[in-house]
Amino acid sequence: MTPGACAVELRGGAVRFRVLTAGTGAPLVYFHSFYERGGWSPLLDRLAARFTVYAPLHPGVAGSTGVEALDDVVDLTLAYDELLSSLGLARAHLLGHFFGAMVAAEIAAVFPARAERLVLASPLGLWRDDAPQADILTLPAEDLPAVLWHDPASETARRWIDLPEDEAANVAAQIESTQRRAAMAKFVWPIPDKGLRKRLHRIGAPTLILWGEEDRTNPVVYGEEWQRRIKGAALKLLPGGHMMLHESPQPAARAITEFLS
Amino acid sequence: MIRATDGEPMKICFFHLMPYRFLPDDFETRYRSVWVDVPHSLYDPEKTRGLYHEYLDELEFAEQCGFDGLCVNEHHNNAYGLMPSPNLMAATLTRRTSRAAIVVLGNSLAAYNPPLRVAEEFSMLDVLSGGRLVAGFPVGTSMDMNFAYGINPATLRGRYYEAHDLVMQAWTRPEMFSFNGTYTQVRYANIWPQPLQKPHPPVWIPGGGSLETWEWTAKRDYVYCYLSYYGYKRGKATMDGFWDAIGKLGADDNPYRAGFLQLVCVSETDAQAERDYFEHVHYFYQKCLNVWEGFAEAPGYRTLKTLQAGMRPQLGAQASKTRQALDWKKYLDQGYVIAGSPATVRDQLTDCIKSLRVGHLLVLLQIGSMAKDLTLKNTQLFASEVMPHVRGLWPGYKDRWWPSGAQA
Repeated sequence: MTPGACAVELRGGAVRFRVLTAGTGAPLVYFHSFYERGGWSPLLDRLAARFTVYAPLHPGVAGSTGVEALDDVVDLTLAYDELLSSLGLARAHLLGHFFGAMVAAEIAAVFPARAERLVLASPLGLWRDDAPQADILTLPAEDLPAVLWHDPASETARRWIDLPEDEAANVAAQIESTQRRAAMAKFVWPIPDKGLRKRLHRIGAPTLILWGEEDRTNPVVYGEEWQRRIKGAALKLLPGGHMMLHESPQPAARAITEFLS
Repeated sequence: MIRATDGEPMKICFFHLMPYRFLPDDFETRYRSVWVDVPHSLYDPEKTRGLYHEYLDELEFAEQCGFDGLCVNEHHNNAYGLMPSPNLMAATLTRRTSRAAIVVLGNSLAAYNPPLRVAEEFSMLDVLSGGRLVAGFPVGTSMDMNFAYGINPATLRGRYYEAHDLVMQAWTRPEMFSFNGTYTQVRYANIWPQPLQKPHPPVWIPGGGSLETWEWTAKRDYVYCYLSYYGYKRGKATMDGFWDAIGKLGADDNPYRAGFLQLVCVSETDAQAERDYFEHVHYFYQKCLNVWEGFAEAPGYRTLKTLQAGMRPQLGAQASKTRQALDWKKYLDQGYVIAGSPATVRDQLTDCIKSLRVGHLLVLLQIGSMAKDLTLKNTQLFASEVMPHVRGLWPGYKDRWWPSGAQA
């Protein structure tokens, strides 16, 4: 499926979001992980069969700009609130993966009326000294796949890992990857605990937390931590590693659809 | 001492990194990094006590030998640089030296909160030394700033530029002022003491080769110092980039706008130089520069413009691969180290100074695991057999960036 795309400018052009859209049904906003390439995926194809899916790209990624104009993750949350208003979405299901799930949780905590239902896949945003997340902003390219993917040799993972052989395209891809991680670093460096734990009690939306059984990026112990901190949240493990939304799109889509219906 | 007859003699400074000399033989294969996460278990405080005094002795000896300046610098979590606070070392040097410039290269401005601390400590050093201070303001390496000190790479440069403005205002504004910055807000900025040198100590900017730093340094009429460990042949592209930035501004090409760090080993003969120094040079390149690729550069440390210009970090996997294949001949041929008899060193150093167009030459004469006796030999031979012969290379230029209290 090829989603439609639109651009939304905020704050006099200082921040510009590119938003991918497809499907029909109740609105669902998907906030991607910085470790996805592009903003669309087979999971969103499946969800678009039941929902109108909006997938904004974070500033710094594939046509969205304005990282330098955003101070921190709270400022980014305000920008997303402005974006939802611009899209005419007073209220929607919010779904996110890793950094994207941190953003979805922030929106649901700061603007509880925005969230119909909330799905957090391996969310970032909490920190435990006894179980630090992998320092994936820092890991060299050759060490990263084994931490992100349950099976780095799988076809899905290879498509993500392999860079173009053409020299110019290869350099461009490396710079793009650095820029993407630099954008994420702006909001979470050096430790991704930016105060969300003080705001999570404000979340009122029914919440589902998804985790890959073999998540080597964000230890499963955080799943229990999140569940404890959000009233009534359910936790469901999916087959796969940290990238389970891409490794197991079918079970993920089923779990999400069941929860949202 | 031979002096240039026309114009003033170029400045030659003795640079010390203060490395830990006792890393195990298998360090580079057993441990991934000399920087950031180098284990404490390798560190012995008793041995380090000896090292600090040995290294301060070497700096003081350099003044006695006639070096114009003594350079110290700042690193953190680092086994090749035991100076998280160069200002402490500079302070002891103000008491035991009386003539040489005290060149602090420098204080990484973004790491100080508030950055007024740098304005204060540099003022103290300037007053203590009788106006011999050179104030160095590096952005700081990614290892030091982003990893060891946890500063966000996205805001590092913004913090640095803002801190620079605050320090310069604290030194030059005639009265107390308020500073409403993005990162620092001070209602009553009013430092005591003020520096001795007026309007302020000369400012040198140590850089690792980013486009923005060349332009910024050139615009402010500061000295640009390239602190490279890869020698003058590889340093040429970077220095050319700086001189291009100067040219674009229409400023003059006074070589005293530039500084360059070069590793140098002098002995009686070329063959003796290899016998004296090879193991220490090898210790430096194989152990002291063994930095894990993940720490070489945090995402966002370099700007998109610099990345697109194809500039690579000095450290990390790629640099390490290049270094591993090095033997004595390659260290010399590729210009990493200028080494040999006084005549050999004189020739190559002349080539280095002229090709890079540097009026402030910084030399590293204590390298890696070199013990005191060998460092003193290197220092003494350099001072007596090499230094006098290169001093007159820039006749007709005036050094406007030399501290007024230092005696050239």
